[in-house]
Amino acid sequence: MTLVTVESLDCRYGLLQAVRGVSFEIGQGETVALIGANGAGKTTLMRAVAGAHRPHGGRVVFDGIDITRIPAHRRVALGIALVPEGRRLFPGLTVEENLRVATSRRRGRWNVKSVLEVFPLLQPRRHVAAANLSGGEQQAVAIGRALMTNPRLLLLDEVSLGLAPVVVDAVYRSLTDVIREGATVLLVEQDLTRALKVAGRVICMLEGRVVLEGDAASLDRDRVVRAYFGLKRPA
Amino acid sequence: MTLVNAVLQGIFLGAFYAVLACGLSIMFGVMRIINLAHGDVAVLGAYIVFVIVEHTGVSAFVAFAAALPVMVVLGYILQLTVLERSLKAGILTPLLATFGLSIVIQNLLQLTFSPDVHSLGGSAGVVTTSSWQVTSGLSVSALGIVVLAVAVLVFGALQVFLSRTRAGWVMRATAEDADAAELVGIDSRSVYARATAIAVAIAALGGLFLGIRSVFDPVSGPTQLIFAFEAVVIGGMGSLWGTLFGGIALGVAQTLGAQVHPQFAVMAGHLLFLAVLIVRFGGGRAVLPGVRRALLLRTAR
Repeated sequence: MTLVTVESLDCRYGLLQAVRGVSFEIGQGETVALIGANGAGKTTLMRAVAGAHRPHGGRVVFDGIDITRIPAHRRVALGIALVPEGRRLFPGLTVEENLRVATSRRRGRWNVKSVLEVFPLLQPRRHVAAANLSGGEQQAVAIGRALMTNPRLLLLDEVSLGLAPVVVDAVYRSLTDVIREGATVLLVEQDLTRALKVAGRVICMLEGRVVLEGDAASLDRDRVVRAYFGLKRPA
Repeated sequence: MTLVNAVLQGIFLGAFYAVLACGLSIMFGVMRIINLAHGDVAVLGAYIVFVIVEHTGVSAFVAFAAALPVMVVLGYILQLTVLERSLKAGILTPLLATFGLSIVIQNLLQLTFSPDVHSLGGSAGVVTTSSWQVTSGLSVSALGIVVLAVAVLVFGALQVFLSRTRAGWVMRATAEDADAAELVGIDSRSVYARATAIAVAIAALGGLFLGIRSVFDPVSGPTQLIFAFEAVVIGGMGSLWGTLFGGIALGVAQTLGAQVHPQFAVMAGHLLFLAVLIVRFGGGRAVLPGVRRALLLRTAR
């Protein structure tokens, strides 16, 4: 079953066109990795799906509903959560307060207790202000905060950015638990090996367009690299 | 003893300034809006209380309880019709919009009530005039105690609201990053409207105290705004307890100034405000050497 359909989406910042006629579908329970060089339009695309960026044209359909004109906070109520680039925690709020503000009316398995079980490193830090956390802890809170809304679609924008490799491993171990429980995930990841390992399908963007799309298992690294750098446009 | 009395009266006066400043502080803290119509909103609140008193003959405090829901609704309308639109247009637009609103409120009040001065003192009962003579040079007015108690109560209640309730966390989260708050399902528009409603309601409380302790007319707002603004800045922009402290510091500065000369009262408050501005914004380093040099030159001569 298709959960998300993006149809010929156009996103602009003034005269700059960041996303050009992008279309794709994500099925229920799929894990899709969005890859591409800096400036390829990945973050803008994610923000448009989450409702933080108003697209210039095209449609976003979620579970049969056209959500293109629906504001971000109401998309959260429908079951879309974005872990934004740079984490964007509320620095003056404690870990627990950061999690609790995201509590939604949607029912599901996620609450403060279950989030802290998946991210045990946060347990001793729950009353510490988010500003005083390490990068890895902050990323865990950002993911946990998104989970608190009990999303059906989880959008993860560069969760490994600026983290030590060991911490990235820990974050991805927790994510695998989340994915295994049936969440639908669209993630942006710069590390190709990791993206191909976690995701079932890969979408590669170049200069605002989708240049390659396919099952992670069927794609060989060379083709992805060529598409990534735009060396030779695949047919 | 007169000095102790001056400080005590300053604390009472400052508590009044703090109540006036509270709403200004909330709106700046949550939305980064400096509401130039805040003083006029307080005066509007005083007029609404005045109308209720005139028509029903109830005490000013009862009338205020009746006026409170009206002010809360006014706050919502103010946010949704004026402030929200102007917030989208950048940082300067809300300043201009609230400046315009200030003029509109003043003129509407002039049209409706004439420029006559009014007071709520007579309708507040014994609170207005009662006082206790502690010693010969030290007297404590009932109104002073009431205002101070209410100020501490209001700031305490807001503190509990912001730090203990989910609605308070949501408000702080929106204040820190409205964009990120939207992404976790928070409707920033409704949070802003709630903040403005609280601010307007507390402004009306300031208007009530203004009307009881002295008189007001349609153009009393801007003067109140200046004192409220100074209290917010002295206490640190956007800090709640700072505003209570800032209001009291301003009040004490004014009553101590009045000890020097009655006409020096307001000036002493302004000087404290200027001194805080200079020190806070690093001007201390720029200005102090110059002052020292000027003093040295004078002594050398």
